[in-house]
Amino acid sequence: MAVYEHTYKQFEGELTPAWSRFLIIPRHAYRSVFQSKLFTAFFVLCMVYPLVAAILIYLHHNTQALGIFQLEVKQLLPIDASFFQIYMVVQGQFSFYLNLLVGPPLISRDVSNNALPLYLARPFSQSEYVMGKMSVLLILLSLITWIPGLLLFFFQAYLEGAGWFTSNLHIAGAILIGSWIWIILLALLSLAISAWVKWRLAASAALFGLFFIPAIFGEMINQLFMTRIGKLFNLTALSNAVWAGLLGTFTREVGTVRVRSGGRFSTVTLYDPPLWSSWMMLGLVCIACLLLLYKKVRAYEVVK
Amino acid sequence: MEQDSMTHPVIDLKGLSVRFGARQILSNLEGELRGRSIGLLGPNGAGKTTLIHTLLGFHEPSSGTAHIFGRDISHEAKEIRALIGYMPERDAFIAKMSCVQFVRLMAELSGLPAEAALERAHEALFYVGLGEARYRTLDTYSLGMKQLAKLAQAIVHGPRLIILDEPTNGLDPPTRQRMIRLIREIRDGGRAHILLSSHLLRDVEECCEEILVLKDGRIATYCNLEEERRANLKFLEMEVRGGDGAFAEAIGKLGCEYALVGERRIKLVLNEGIEIADLYRIAQEQRVQIRRLNYKKDSLEDIFLKAME
Repeated sequence: MAVYEHTYKQFEGELTPAWSRFLIIPRHAYRSVFQSKLFTAFFVLCMVYPLVAAILIYLHHNTQALGIFQLEVKQLLPIDASFFQIYMVVQGQFSFYLNLLVGPPLISRDVSNNALPLYLARPFSQSEYVMGKMSVLLILLSLITWIPGLLLFFFQAYLEGAGWFTSNLHIAGAILIGSWIWIILLALLSLAISAWVKWRLAASAALFGLFFIPAIFGEMINQLFMTRIGKLFNLTALSNAVWAGLLGTFTREVGTVRVRSGGRFSTVTLYDPPLWSSWMMLGLVCIACLLLLYKKVRAYEVVK
Repeated sequence: MEQDSMTHPVIDLKGLSVRFGARQILSNLEGELRGRSIGLLGPNGAGKTTLIHTLLGFHEPSSGTAHIFGRDISHEAKEIRALIGYMPERDAFIAKMSCVQFVRLMAELSGLPAEAALERAHEALFYVGLGEARYRTLDTYSLGMKQLAKLAQAIVHGPRLIILDEPTNGLDPPTRQRMIRLIREIRDGGRAHILLSSHLLRDVEECCEEILVLKDGRIATYCNLEEERRANLKFLEMEVRGGDGAFAEAIGKLGCEYALVGERRIKLVLNEGIEIADLYRIAQEQRVQIRRLNYKKDSLEDIFLKAME
C-alpha cells in the first residue's frame, strides 16, 4: 500500500516464526550500540589479545619467523591448557568491561520510559523479552570470548596436527563451556541490575561493585581466618576455578602459611574451596538474577 | 473480522474477578460486548485499566475468565495479543530511537517481517499525521505527538481489536480533534473493533456505539448509546400558535398520550409508527404553527450519572 493511501488496513502477509522474534531486539539494539565511537574503539581493542595469541601460535610453528625475531621456542608460552586459560582470563576481563558499557541501560531505559507494556502487549512473552535483551550481550561477548578462542584452538590444531587435536579436545570444550558460563553470568547480572536500577551510572557502579566489594570482603575473611573460603564471594575467582576445572589445571592446595599459637609456630596448608562449591555459587547467583528479572520485568507493577 | 465478531463476541466476560492481595478490583464481571466501538467508562479506581490489563494478560484473574474473539485470556494470551493493538495510558516509548524505528520495532515484535514492518511503519505514521516528523527521535516529540506515535504503534500491525486507554489525555483541542477523527475513521472503516477507555464522556460519546460503565469493580451499566437515544426520541415537547385545541385532539386521535401545559405548550409521547412528519401534517391541516419542537435526549452524562447512583 502506498503511503498516500491513508486508510487503516490489516496486514495480510505471512508472519515471522514466533521462536525467532527475540532476535529482533539485538538487531535493533546494535544499531544504537555501534553508533558510539567509544564502544566501537573498545570492541576493536578486545580483538587485540586474540590476535596476539594467534601470532604466538604462528611463531611456535614457524622457525623462519623465530629466526627473524631472534627468539627460541622455549622463550614463548607453551601452547597448552595454561595458554588457553590465560586467554580466557584476559578476554574475560575485556568482556567484563564491554558488558559494563552495554549492559546497564538495556532494561533500565525501557523501565524508565514505561516501554515494557508496549513489548508485553504483543505476542511476545516476558521470557522472550529477557532472552532478547540477554542475546544483545551474549552475541557481543561471544564475539570476543569463545568464538576467537575456538578459532585459536583450531588454528593450533591445524598447525600441530591431528594428534594434538585429539589429545587436547577437552580444551575446546573448556573454552566453549567456560566462556558461556562467564558471559551468561555477566549478562544475567547486568540485566538484573539494569531492571532494578533506573539510572545508568548507578547501574554501572552497582555492577562494578558487585564484582569488587564481595571480593574484598572475601579477602578479609581469608586473611582473618587463615582460610580460602572467602573466594566463594569473589565472582571472578569462582569463574577462574571453574575454568581451571574444565581445563584440568585446578588444584585445591594453594600454599602454606606459618601460624604462631601458644608460642609455637605451626604450618597450615591452605585449600581453595572445592570445585563443586564454585559451580554451586555461580548457579545460585544466576538463579537469583533470574528471580530478580522475573519479579521486575512486568508490564505493570502491582502494589499490594 | 466480521465473521469473527458474528460468531464470537468481541469480549465475553465470564464471571471475571481480579484481586490484588486483599483488595478486590474487579468482581464477577459478566456480559458479551459485541459493538464495533465500545466505550469503557467509570470513575477513578473503578477498574477500567485493570480490566484492560487483565484482557491483555498482564494480570491473572482470581476467578472466572474472559474470551476475546472466542479465545480464552487465561490460556491463549499470546494468540489474543496478536489480535490486539494497545495504546497505553501513560507516556511509553523506547528511548534513543526515531519514531519510524520505534513503530517498525513494534510491528516486527507483532510478527511482521522486517521489510513489511518498515513499510507499514511509514504508512501508520503518515496515517496518524506524523509523516513529516517520523525520523525525529521520540524524546523530542511533544505530548500530542507522543500520543499519536502510541496510536501508530497500536495500529501498525493491523489488529482486530484496538484498545485505547485514555487516548486524549493531556491533548490540546486541535490534537484531541485529530485523535477523535482518527478513532472514528478506524471505527467507520469496519476493519477493527475499538475499546476506548476514558473518563472524558465527550470522547466516548463521539467515538463509541456501546458503553460499559464500571463502578467499584462491577458493571454498573452496559448499553447501546444509539438505542438509548432512540428510546428517548419519543418524549416530545411542542410550542404552538393558532388553533383552538383541535390540534391536541387530533394528536390524541393518533393514539398518542398528550398533556396541555398552558395555552401553547403540548407534551406528548410518540407511539410506535408515528413520525414527527405526521405532527407537521396535522398542524398544517389544523392551520397551527409549530414554533418549537424538542425531544429530550438522554445524554451520555445522564446515562453515566444514572449508573453511578
